[in-house]
Amino acid sequence: MTYLTGANMTGGYTTGSDIIKDCSIEVDLGEIAVVVGPNGAGKSTAMKAIFGMLNLREGSVSIDGKDITKLSPPARVREGMAFVPQTENVFTSMSVLDNLIMGAFVRDDDYSQTLEKVFELFPILAEKQKQPAGELSGGQRQQVAVGRALMTNPTLLMLDEPTAGVSPIVMDELFDRIIEIARSGIAILMVEQNAKQALNIADKGFVLVQGANRYTDTGEALMANPDVRKAFLGG
Amino acid sequence: MEFLNAMAILANYVIVPGLAYGSQLALGALGVTLVYGVLRFSNFAHGETMSMGAMFAILFLWLFKSMGVSIAPLPTVLLALVPAIICAAVYILITDRVVYRFYRIQKAVPTILVVVSTGIMFVTNGLIRFVIGPDDRSIGDGARFVMKAREFKNWTGLDVGIAIKTSQVITVITAVVLVVALFWFLEKTKTGKSMRAYADNENLALLSGIDPEKVVRITWLLVAVLATVAGTLYGLDKSYKPFTFLQLLLPIFASAIIGGIGSPLGAIVGGFIVAFSEILITFAFKGFFTRLVPDDFAPEGLVQLLSTDYKFAVSFAILVIVLIIMPTGIFKGRTL
Repeated sequence: MTYLTGANMTGGYTTGSDIIKDCSIEVDLGEIAVVVGPNGAGKSTAMKAIFGMLNLREGSVSIDGKDITKLSPPARVREGMAFVPQTENVFTSMSVLDNLIMGAFVRDDDYSQTLEKVFELFPILAEKQKQPAGELSGGQRQQVAVGRALMTNPTLLMLDEPTAGVSPIVMDELFDRIIEIARSGIAILMVEQNAKQALNIADKGFVLVQGANRYTDTGEALMANPDVRKAFLGG
Repeated sequence: MEFLNAMAILANYVIVPGLAYGSQLALGALGVTLVYGVLRFSNFAHGETMSMGAMFAILFLWLFKSMGVSIAPLPTVLLALVPAIICAAVYILITDRVVYRFYRIQKAVPTILVVVSTGIMFVTNGLIRFVIGPDDRSIGDGARFVMKAREFKNWTGLDVGIAIKTSQVITVITAVVLVVALFWFLEKTKTGKSMRAYADNENLALLSGIDPEKVVRITWLLVAVLATVAGTLYGLDKSYKPFTFLQLLLPIFASAIIGGIGSPLGAIVGGFIVAFSEILITFAFKGFFTRLVPDDFAPEGLVQLLSTDYKFAVSFAILVIVLIIMPTGIFKGRTL
């Protein structure tokens, strides 16, 4: 039994047809799982399904052996899930520090250690902690967003295209940080447009096509698979 | 000497009343701005909420008077503010639970909520007239003046006096205290920050585990405090008449929009801009200029740009100009 299991998920947004069909995604603590696939394959939708942002018609989601299929997103935050949306993922009018403090909103314990860890991971945030998050560059904003999610002290961190719209250098930098976060024992699930780079760091890879699993393997094996290379990684 | 006299005229008829009126508008606009920032609609019922709060204050004032309670030289109505705020809060929370929540769950668009708030406005207005009637009521007691015009004249030797009413001083002091407390709450406390976070980005606030219903309740509580105090201070300064609050809605919204609706700082700045514009444009400058320029140049007319009957046209005109030139207001609205 893996730490997080989304099994045979089928569902879509309120009234429309199903976007994901019989889709299964799983990830263990300390691992990085990457969901890739062509545009409109339902990658983000699959992740939102795991976070409870759409109603599943079939299938289930469980974390640490506990079935959470019926829980609302805020309740899932309390179960150790943290989600970083692709856009609008910081409080633009609030300072970097306040963004991080809001991440720790549900925590009643002392979060100063987590804050220190976040600043260690992203030193630039410590430097700019008084600045409004809306004034930061794209890459720095992304760091604030990940930092805010980490402040909930999650066991599972979900990232929706964390490198969308940032420069290649910043992307490498972000991936390095993500590996570091995984090494600290957190399960990471991310959806990525930059499939090659993402699969390079992935322990598990899921290739979705039209809402269903097409290939599921280790990142390395997917990179080596000639079919996957030809169809999704540009040769 | 003539220059000082001219300045005294300005202080007496423009600056002192402008500060008091501006504080009242700022408090009113803060309430409107909070609702807009957090609940995302223009609350047309806010004027009546102020009226409701002031009505409760008057009812408690009568109760205290009948019991012989007095805090002279301060007006007794200040004491009545505390229970009045509680009653107003209960009333607002009931309207939220019964009416607004229904539309929130349905995720109604802001336009629908504006119409809903208009309905609440009429119902509230009816309730007020039912309870206290439409009559004009004077609610001030205690010392009427902090400084009388005659005292000022004797003290300085000028021919023009400056009178400062107790109600004006109380208005400005209360407004400052309340605004400082509100900003402290929004900037420094965890609950206040969660309110700002919710206003900034509702979805991300949900992802952080912030409970929207709690944020909404706290917003309404703050609105109850601001509205009751603003309504009572306005009633104390002028007099309490239920239907004036419908007219007050225009300058209050003008203040909030000029400052940038959703921005608390903007609401305060906007309040003073509207108040001083209204007073300056409807003020007759004859006496002022007569004392400043040589006799030959003394104006014959009143040097009044607009009759005081048109004072609401001033806020309307400012509102239109701001919406054309800078629709987001001075402080770029839509954030708390």
